Amino acid sequence: MLDLINVSYDTQIPNNVGLSEDKKVLKALEKWHPGYINWWNDLIPQNFQESMVYLRTAVSVDPKGWAKFDYVKMPEYRWGVLLAPAVEDRKIPMGEHLGEKAWQEVPGEYRNMLKRLIVIQGDTEPGSVEQQRFLGLTAPSLYDMRNLFQVNVEEGRHLWAMVYLLQKYFGRDGREEANDLLVRSSGSEDAPRMLGAFNEETPDWLSFFMFTYFTDRDGKMQLESLAQSGFDPLSRTCRFMLTEEAHHMFVGETGVGRTIQATIEAMNANGITDPYDINKIRDLGVIDLPTIQKKLNLHYTLSLDLFGQEVSTNAANAFNSGIKGRYMEQRIDDDHKLNDATYPVTSIKDGKILTEDVPALTAINMRLRDDYVRDAAGGVGRWNKLIAKSGVEFELKLPHEGFHRQIGVFSTVAIDPDGNILSAEDWQKRQGEWLPTKADGDFIQSLMVPCFEPGKYASWIAAPKVGIDNKPGDYEYVKLHMA
Amino acid sequence: MTKVIDFQTDPSKYRHWKIEYNGPIAWLSMDVDEKGGLFDGYELKLNSYDLGVDIELADVVQRMRFEHPEVKVVVMRSAKDKVFCAGANIRMLGGAAHAHKVNFCKFTNETRNTFEAAQADSGQNYICAVKGACAGGGYELALACNHIMLTDDSTSSVALPEVPLLAVLPGTGGLTRVTDKRKVRRDLADVFCSIEEGVKGKRAVQWRLVDEVFPNSSFDEKVAERAQVMAAESGKADVAEGIELTALSRSFAEDGVSYSTVEVALVREESRATITIKGPDADAPADMDAFTANGAENWMLRCARELDDAILHLRNNEKELGLIEFQTQGDPEAVLAHEALLLGNRDHWLANEVLEYWKRVLKRIDMTSRSLVAIVEHGSCFAGPLAELLWAVDRSYMMLEEFDGDNRALATVTLSTGNFGTYPMGNDLTRLQTRFLGTPEQVEKLKSSIGEALEADDAEELGLITYAYDDIDWEDEVRLFMEERASFSPDAMTGMEANLRFAGPETMETRIFGRLTAWQNWIFQRPNAVGEEGALQRYGTGVRGKYNMERV
Repeated sequence: MLDLINVSYDTQIPNNVGLSEDKKVLKALEKWHPGYINWWNDLIPQNFQESMVYLRTAVSVDPKGWAKFDYVKMPEYRWGVLLAPAVEDRKIPMGEHLGEKAWQEVPGEYRNMLKRLIVIQGDTEPGSVEQQRFLGLTAPSLYDMRNLFQVNVEEGRHLWAMVYLLQKYFGRDGREEANDLLVRSSGSEDAPRMLGAFNEETPDWLSFFMFTYFTDRDGKMQLESLAQSGFDPLSRTCRFMLTEEAHHMFVGETGVGRTIQATIEAMNANGITDPYDINKIRDLGVIDLPTIQKKLNLHYTLSLDLFGQEVSTNAANAFNSGIKGRYMEQRIDDDHKLNDATYPVTSIKDGKILTEDVPALTAINMRLRDDYVRDAAGGVGRWNKLIAKSGVEFELKLPHEGFHRQIGVFSTVAIDPDGNILSAEDWQKRQGEWLPTKADGDFIQSLMVPCFEPGKYASWIAAPKVGIDNKPGDYEYVKLHMA
Repeated sequence: MTKVIDFQTDPSKYRHWKIEYNGPIAWLSMDVDEKGGLFDGYELKLNSYDLGVDIELADVVQRMRFEHPEVKVVVMRSAKDKVFCAGANIRMLGGAAHAHKVNFCKFTNETRNTFEAAQADSGQNYICAVKGACAGGGYELALACNHIMLTDDSTSSVALPEVPLLAVLPGTGGLTRVTDKRKVRRDLADVFCSIEEGVKGKRAVQWRLVDEVFPNSSFDEKVAERAQVMAAESGKADVAEGIELTALSRSFAEDGVSYSTVEVALVREESRATITIKGPDADAPADMDAFTANGAENWMLRCARELDDAILHLRNNEKELGLIEFQTQGDPEAVLAHEALLLGNRDHWLANEVLEYWKRVLKRIDMTSRSLVAIVEHGSCFAGPLAELLWAVDRSYMMLEEFDGDNRALATVTLSTGNFGTYPMGNDLTRLQTRFLGTPEQVEKLKSSIGEALEADDAEELGLITYAYDDIDWEDEVRLFMEERASFSPDAMTGMEANLRFAGPETMETRIFGRLTAWQNWIFQRPNAVGEEGALQRYGTGVRGKYNMERV
């Protein structure tokens, strides 16, 4: 009998979907596998490929104890296909098919829509690994390096998850799309990744932490809504991916928190109370809080763009068809069909920002973005508590949703972080106050020196409170291969 | 949508297109102003277009031929990032009355045809450089160009998603050009036209949907190279300078529109408009140098432009007037003399352009869904290009012999060599060949009458007019015809006339107007598209169209 909880290693590809019985898909995945390994090998610098990294690997999809930790060379990581356990007799939770039995096969009429959503989701997974490929070289500690690689291999596994769906359920088109996921590449001129934020550089570790906090959180929201899908294999896939994604956001939140911690500790140790005394603070080898705010502004707004147009036909179609739900769909107290409901959406009329009620179906993106904003505010509050405890008077803020936007109603106007509309001229003049300048970037870059000694940390970041897998602070999370 | 639509524009007024001229190559960039819609209620996002965008495009193509004869290759592209063109604006279509949709569709089709005509008539070649999404009407724009280049970035595709997405057809030539021009295999065309996301990269080349694909990094360079090569290989003669298409002299009144050579009288109580064309008011220029110096002031060009505008105005702004009556006034010899200068100088670029323009204007009349009648009175000048009107219309009535108290010159019809090949119809036959489809020898015989002022009995005998009536019968017969015409169902009239006008062979053009858009206009009436629960109405709401599954 098929064991659908524990991961089977009876094929080259660990899985809990009975791959050894499913010869066709196994063959397709095995064909795709070498291309994936080449992609990985070309990506990450060679000495890290040879290093032993203390990684967790999924061994089961049981929410308790699904992973085990061990040293592994990244190219030998057991990427696999893992679906959360099936919910018995699951029903489609929203849209015009509400209450019908969840689909175990792709409904023909929704094939293209589903494929497009899976391709877009799939495209982001390798995109972030590409963006982060050189960060290992400047890791502020072995602990952080290990976290980076953990995030990387899991994003790689998420790519596998999407590729499995494409190959199993979407025929030849799906296989072609799976191949194209390895053709596109972050920042490439010839074949860039599909979404803007995944073509931006991740030039330094603070960016990496901001990215995992803000951008991976978009990923979380998307996965949460895809986990509602009436297409059950997609739902199960996304549910399992979410358990992994939580760690990525933990890396982001604690990373930014530890950066702040190092800054305020250095300020206090040197008797600096004014957070805007930037040069003095920077001289201490830490990143000043106003610059951290600028980095936050940048990554938060790039992430808001990932939610697409506020009013979107595609999102409406996906919801109504039962393909993609809302965040926590089951906990929302409404009819889950939204045929007559409205939802407030921001717009700009005659130079003023206002909200208008629009049909809720078309405002699915806006709603998910609102949920995201609430979700993202939590960590910012915790960072501010750290600052407040230190006595430094400074508060990090999420900028106005219209600030620095490339997509949606705000993309045509310049807006400051407080939500005031600016002239294009003022924006040009003042954007350096709110977004990282080249000089800010150069300064941060100057701090990015590797610190590869177990238990040691670069000047600009504090040690974590607890180690991974409860290991002690000086644990050798990565056994570097420095040949 | 009661606003008057003006078909006249000029580059200083463009909101949606940008052109850079670089010797023999013109770079035409689509950059639609979201807020520049012709009507309220929609935004032209993602380079989507409405009639206003197309009016500018038609002006671009027209001016390219007259004002920029040095241009041999026009490269069409998008000025927007990540999107070439998303096609006709769906919200505009969803909100538009049926008549507006049909007129929009007809005008855009006529404009697409002018892309191909520019190459066929003048050697001005259109190529299309597609980066980003190119869907629906966007791909139809590309199809109207003669060479399509697509970036191979594993995301950009060409697509005709109308059927799966909107339950309508790619009706701006899309289906027809896929099979007739691109010659895509029909089963592949069936696949292509049924998938929303379209076809990208090398498969688009294999399926003949595009001609070439290149990676982004070399794309712009390859496009520039291709344009250079095509310009170098072009057979188009070098012309240093064009002529300016100056603003039309035109004034609107409650009961009509006045141009310098065309008067439009609106007889609303009889549902009729009369277009009176006035013959030349000056002698024909001595030679093409003089003609070129006169530029847009020449009668032949002025009259064509004014007639074109008058037809478009009536089509779009006077929909209740079901009958258009054509009259002419002037000296037939003068019309012939003006035409003769151009016919005798076919190898002169401007002579060619003006004659080809007459061809297009006459085609526009053929395609006008109104009852058309020519009233050949004494003092008229149905000669040469104006004689074509007699065979463009559904019927013609001619005054026979002298009328009491009427001292104008007796009505005549005069053929020129131009009537035997200069102004073919969409079916690629002349109007005379189409008229005498069953007796081709009649067309040969008519050649012996070239230059002869044929009076009504001869014209009737030769089959050039429908009826000749003398003073006794004239008024009653004409009145009865008009009253009868006004009493028929306009739908039946449109259908009947469109069928009877285009006898003979099919061409891509007749297939577009006679098959594709006819089906489209049927679909535009059906609940599956435009009903409350139809796909076009529901587009954007997230709720799918609900279809009546009965096949009709």
